[in-house]
Amino acid sequence: MSKQYANAQEALQDASYTSALKELLYQLADDDLLISHRASEWLGLVPHIEEDVAFSSIAQNTLGHAAMFYQLLEELGEGTPDDLAHLREADKFRNSILAEKPNGTGHYTEDPDYDWGYAIIRNYVYEVFKRLRLEALTTSSYTPLADVAAKVLREQFYHLYHWETWIDQLAGTTAEAESRLNNAIQKTWQDVASLFDLGPAGEDIQKFGLIGSMEDIKNKFVAKVRAKFEGAGLKWPGDMKAGEFSGRECKHTEDLRSALEEIGEVYRLDPAANW
Amino acid sequence: MEIDSNIRQQVMDRLQLVTDPEMNTVSIIEMGMVENVRGQLPKVTIELIPTYVGCPALDMIKRDVIESVRQVDGVEEVEVVFLKHPAWTSDRISPEGREKMKEFGIAPPPAAGPGGTWTVECPYCGSPKTVMQNLFGPTSCRSIFYCSSCKNPFEAIKPV
Repeated sequence: MSKQYANAQEALQDASYTSALKELLYQLADDDLLISHRASEWLGLVPHIEEDVAFSSIAQNTLGHAAMFYQLLEELGEGTPDDLAHLREADKFRNSILAEKPNGTGHYTEDPDYDWGYAIIRNYVYEVFKRLRLEALTTSSYTPLADVAAKVLREQFYHLYHWETWIDQLAGTTAEAESRLNNAIQKTWQDVASLFDLGPAGEDIQKFGLIGSMEDIKNKFVAKVRAKFEGAGLKWPGDMKAGEFSGRECKHTEDLRSALEEIGEVYRLDPAANW
Repeated sequence: MEIDSNIRQQVMDRLQLVTDPEMNTVSIIEMGMVENVRGQLPKVTIELIPTYVGCPALDMIKRDVIESVRQVDGVEEVEVVFLKHPAWTSDRISPEGREKMKEFGIAPPPAAGPGGTWTVECPYCGSPKTVMQNLFGPTSCRSIFYCSSCKNPFEAIKPV
């Protein structure tokens, strides 16, 4: 049983604990920030207006989750949530590669050729992972993180449910739907391993009991996603292979840099401005 | 000295005037957001439980609480703290709050926690013949329904 820390003051007494805790919090916050940014780029481009309402609501909520994790970092002296989200360079971000991948080619303002199949599969996979990770955080040795996880879990239910509904409704309809979903699974699988990486501080993160076993999360993930895909008549893509880099080591694709430029564009004009 | 029951009551009376900015018939007390009032005059601390994590109304609520509670005699400083624990759940909404939501045209959440789809009665005519149109609505906490009896679209608070 690892030692429990009730608040930031207690955690800050223990330097190696705090260092592992911050690494994990950056992973949680940056994942949600990037996936919600990619979601926001879909605004006005999704298949129908009801989806616009739903997907943008999920995006806003997910951004709120990121803000909550950034707040936990602020309590540990890392700076304000706004600064953390808008002023850091790409080589300070710990998000998974899956969360930063663009929605397709083009830009949302110009010739967007986005792939809705990829949106469904990427977000479904992300939300399954996120749910299992949140569940594993409810017993975290850092009480404020366990509390936040319990709270986020309740609303995140609806996000996962949304993407499950898309798969249920599309799979088994037309050959085109099936092939597009299968292609999207292949594409998603290139980056799926990046989700499960805890980065260079991984051993400490597990040792300090900051999160439940990642191995356990991975096994549950495989069982759940495999059952869903196969139940929907889609192809299970098999083992996940680690990519060139995972993101947890602050190594990223060029796409993250351009995304961050856009995320912080307005804020950087005048960081002292009052919104 | 720690605030007495008289001051506490006055603070609660002021908090009763602070409403959800997107549903201005329902006070934050009726929403189940007020967890504790404490402090020593001239300072009062209000502990609130945030509803939805990403709710943009929280900043406005904080500002309104400070403005409202400052009106109490003897209070010079108001601090608002958003607690991480306990988590807000939709069953914290009081019976009065549920009635006032209906007056605003919004159906209160069913008693059960998060679930895929659920049914609610129409806040306008009370009919149970309603259909969920979108699990998501104009704000993170709401879904969109349609009443097959009185033909009105309406919103409902999602259970969390």
